[in-house]
Amino acid sequence: MNAIETHALSKKYKERTAVQSLDLSIRQGEVFGLLGVNGAGKTTTIRMLACLTKPTSGDATILGKNILTEPQAVKAIINLSPQETAVAPNLSVTENLELIAGIYGNSRQSAKDKVTRIVKSLGLAEVQQDKAKILSGGWQRRLSIAMALISEPKILFLDEPTLGLDVLARRELWGIIEKLKGEMTIILTTHYLEEAQALSDEIGIMAKGQLKALGTAPELISLTGAQNFEDAFVALATEGEVAI
Amino acid sequence: MRLLVFASRNRKELLRDPVTLAFGIGFPLVVLFLLSAIQANIPVSLFEVESLIPGIAVFGLSFLSLFSGMLIAKDRTSSFLMRLFASPLTASDFILGYTMPLLPMAMAQCIICFIAAFFLGLAVNVNVLLALVVLIPAAALFIGIGLLGGSVLSDKQVGGIFGALLTNLSAWLSGTWFDLNLVGPGFRSVAYVLPFARAVDATRAALAGNYASIFPHLWWVIGYAVVILAVAIIIFSTRMNSDHT
Repeated sequence: MNAIETHALSKKYKERTAVQSLDLSIRQGEVFGLLGVNGAGKTTTIRMLACLTKPTSGDATILGKNILTEPQAVKAIINLSPQETAVAPNLSVTENLELIAGIYGNSRQSAKDKVTRIVKSLGLAEVQQDKAKILSGGWQRRLSIAMALISEPKILFLDEPTLGLDVLARRELWGIIEKLKGEMTIILTTHYLEEAQALSDEIGIMAKGQLKALGTAPELISLTGAQNFEDAFVALATEGEVAI
Repeated sequence: MRLLVFASRNRKELLRDPVTLAFGIGFPLVVLFLLSAIQANIPVSLFEVESLIPGIAVFGLSFLSLFSGMLIAKDRTSSFLMRLFASPLTASDFILGYTMPLLPMAMAQCIICFIAAFFLGLAVNVNVLLALVVLIPAAALFIGIGLLGGSVLSDKQVGGIFGALLTNLSAWLSGTWFDLNLVGPGFRSVAYVLPFARAVDATRAALAGNYASIFPHLWWVIGYAVVILAVAIIIFSTRMNSDHT
């Protein structure tokens, strides 16, 4: 069974088509990079798959569960780290993590055990008693991702996870995402092409609401005859549909 | 369990914000002591502690709308609510989770005001307990107003015009600072169509042991509380299922 299957998934906002007839299959355990320029439809796609926005037409399944008819079942197996850092400011790092663990149905003891593990694995120990609002942008982003991971989701949506971070913090987060490979399916949207290239097993390029190309980074470079991935991206994001 | 975890988070967020304590407890107490000092120097029956404390309690409750509205609006604008909307929390978990921590806070706020009033000469008797019970619908009303404001406005709008307008309107139209008859019959009529003066009068009646006078006023407050809470719940639930949180 694929982790995600979409069938003619579409979203219109009045006259504007945000996502148009998206057909996509994402295998379990892979990191799938969803790329595109601003307004390409990446975030709308994630919002639909996370049951935050209802599609205008088409549907999708997450590990066999339908986003339209079984949203609660879908929500129980997914988690996301939104584009903006989303933490509870007056709660400590530990409390933020316990909050999300509790919301996903963990008992108090189970939540504490999971917090201990994730604090260690994401290197949050030195700030675990600090309130989220006093953390730097990098720490907040790391906490935001830890909050998405603590429910041990089968599918993890990372929407621009390294946006606004300095190079070192970004590299640290890359390391965290690398470690998660194979443990869960990760859908990663990013504007940083080197990030997508370094982390993704497969990459989908969207433009004007449509999926324009699908493949590994070397496949996309080869397909366009470009010198590098950035040139391939520019060619595909501005050209017609090419599927591998 | 999920609901309690979420409610606990909201309680912590509210109580750890120094603005909540400063405005929710400190400001009403300052006003209480200030007006009592004026009354001690220039006796005004309106500022006698039995008349004053119900108004101060209702005025204090109006800040609950500001706090709850700010919390919800901040959660919306910071994407925190988006994260929670993608979780297994249901609409009822959200609504109860946001409102549950506020009712004990409201009661604590009122109790502190009344304890302060004891030091200013308020008689300690069973009617004080009744007055606290009579204030519960007013607390529910202000909690509902906060839920409504937080669901439709940004945190800046809630903290700015919404909060200022509500606290001022509820103060001016409550008959606490001045006798409503002094402004004129039109102003008084408007004030008594709204629930603020009704809440104050119901509490004054309870405190005075004038039990027959409680319910005509309290029905108005209960009616407003039910309608505002219902509208707030509908709007919050609608926004939860809409494309934009």
